Amino acid sequence: MTPSPGLPPLARSIVRGDRGALARAISAVENGDSSADEILRALYPRTGRAPVIGLTGPLGVGKSSLVNALVAQLRAAGRTVGIVAVDPSSPFSGGSVLGDRIRLEREPGDAGVFFRSMASRGAVGGVATTTREVVRLLDAGGFDVVLVETVGSGQVDVAIRDIASTRVVVLVPHLGDEVQTLKAGLFEIADIFCVNKSDLPGAEHAERDLSDLVAMGPSPDGWRPRIVRTSAVTPLGIDRLWEAIEAHERFLDASDARRTAERRRLSREIVDRASAQLSADLGRRLENDPALRRLLDQVLDREIDPRTASERLLAGRAPRRRSA
Amino acid sequence: MPRASRTRKGPIRVLIAKPGLDGHDRGAKVVARALRDAGMEVIYAGLRQTPEEIVRAAVEEDVDLIGLSILSGAHMALFPKVLKLLHQEVGDRIPVFAGGIIPDEDAQRLRRLGIRAIFGPGASLEEIVKIATQLARGPA
Repeated sequence: MTPSPGLPPLARSIVRGDRGALARAISAVENGDSSADEILRALYPRTGRAPVIGLTGPLGVGKSSLVNALVAQLRAAGRTVGIVAVDPSSPFSGGSVLGDRIRLEREPGDAGVFFRSMASRGAVGGVATTTREVVRLLDAGGFDVVLVETVGSGQVDVAIRDIASTRVVVLVPHLGDEVQTLKAGLFEIADIFCVNKSDLPGAEHAERDLSDLVAMGPSPDGWRPRIVRTSAVTPLGIDRLWEAIEAHERFLDASDARRTAERRRLSREIVDRASAQLSADLGRRLENDPALRRLLDQVLDREIDPRTASERLLAGRAPRRRSA
Repeated sequence: MPRASRTRKGPIRVLIAKPGLDGHDRGAKVVARALRDAGMEVIYAGLRQTPEEIVRAAVEEDVDLIGLSILSGAHMALFPKVLKLLHQEVGDRIPVFAGGIIPDEDAQRLRRLGIRAIFGPGASLEEIVKIATQLARGPA
């Protein structure tokens, strides 16, 4: 799409490829600045174009090194890449050390790569609440591929499924026996399993356990997850990893799977946003509306139970006067 | 030149980088940790950064502040280059502070060139956090 004069100035600069404008817009989105609404609204029609590749997996498995290797692979093929790398915020100070950038190597002055570090800012699930919207800004900025690296994930950190079109779960040898692969959560969201550090002993074993898992059948949408062995630092197998990613992207395009998955993701996004808004709104009313404050007092005095109170809150009903 | 006071919401974002060939990164890591504990988002760029890469990182990460650490003695070669490139890219919007082994006479010249604060061995973390916060927030 070509730049349109109808866009707000900052959005227009992003579409033109202004890196500083892109960076400032990302901050606005992260910080919930009022300017973010307008930019996201204006750019939304220009999104949904770039494949969004999510890399997730436990801490220390080599996600950042794999991102770096994939960037090199993509640049060699002439494709531009936008990267969002998320690290955790401290639950104590709110601060964070964002260290994914140290693995990045690129040619001096290469405008085909844009790397942004993000702090999770209290969100659980492996990404920040605004990561999805930051991905959209990179997409609208014209990058051919967007890579998202999550926080080092635990077994239930699966928020990347709501963002990425292809999910790569990165593992290393000796993370546990095959029963681990049966457990719910992380292993269920993989389109591709990447056994990284496969130069280490035990890689064959890890691959075998995953093969057994994959052999149990394809995912509900009909895709059978691929397994790729890599060594990001050597580097080894990065071309195969990219081939597997492209194969999944082709699979999405060959059927209506992409549209179905995107529909599901957007449905969750809309409901999440509306719920967050509603939740903040209800919280405010419960604290500030005198009638509803009385409702809270009644629960406190054991006159009604929290379930009843929550029903009344939703119905917007103030409690009846105390009959004392 | 003082920048406009910081009006945007959100935590302070600071880039910590080590320019040039210098493998001594303990100080930079300790400072990164202290700034984290002060509630900042610290983008740790790590070792062997070229001035170009540092300025690029500052732009992409949209930082409020840059901290450079150097113990190799090459500060008079590298810092002015970072400042010049930074000025070309973003004007004087992003203040720069520095830490490391920097002789007094060099420190004076670097301050004249625009490095806003310089911390030598023995500087307390408390002091670094205080000055860094003031620099990032701009004049009240």
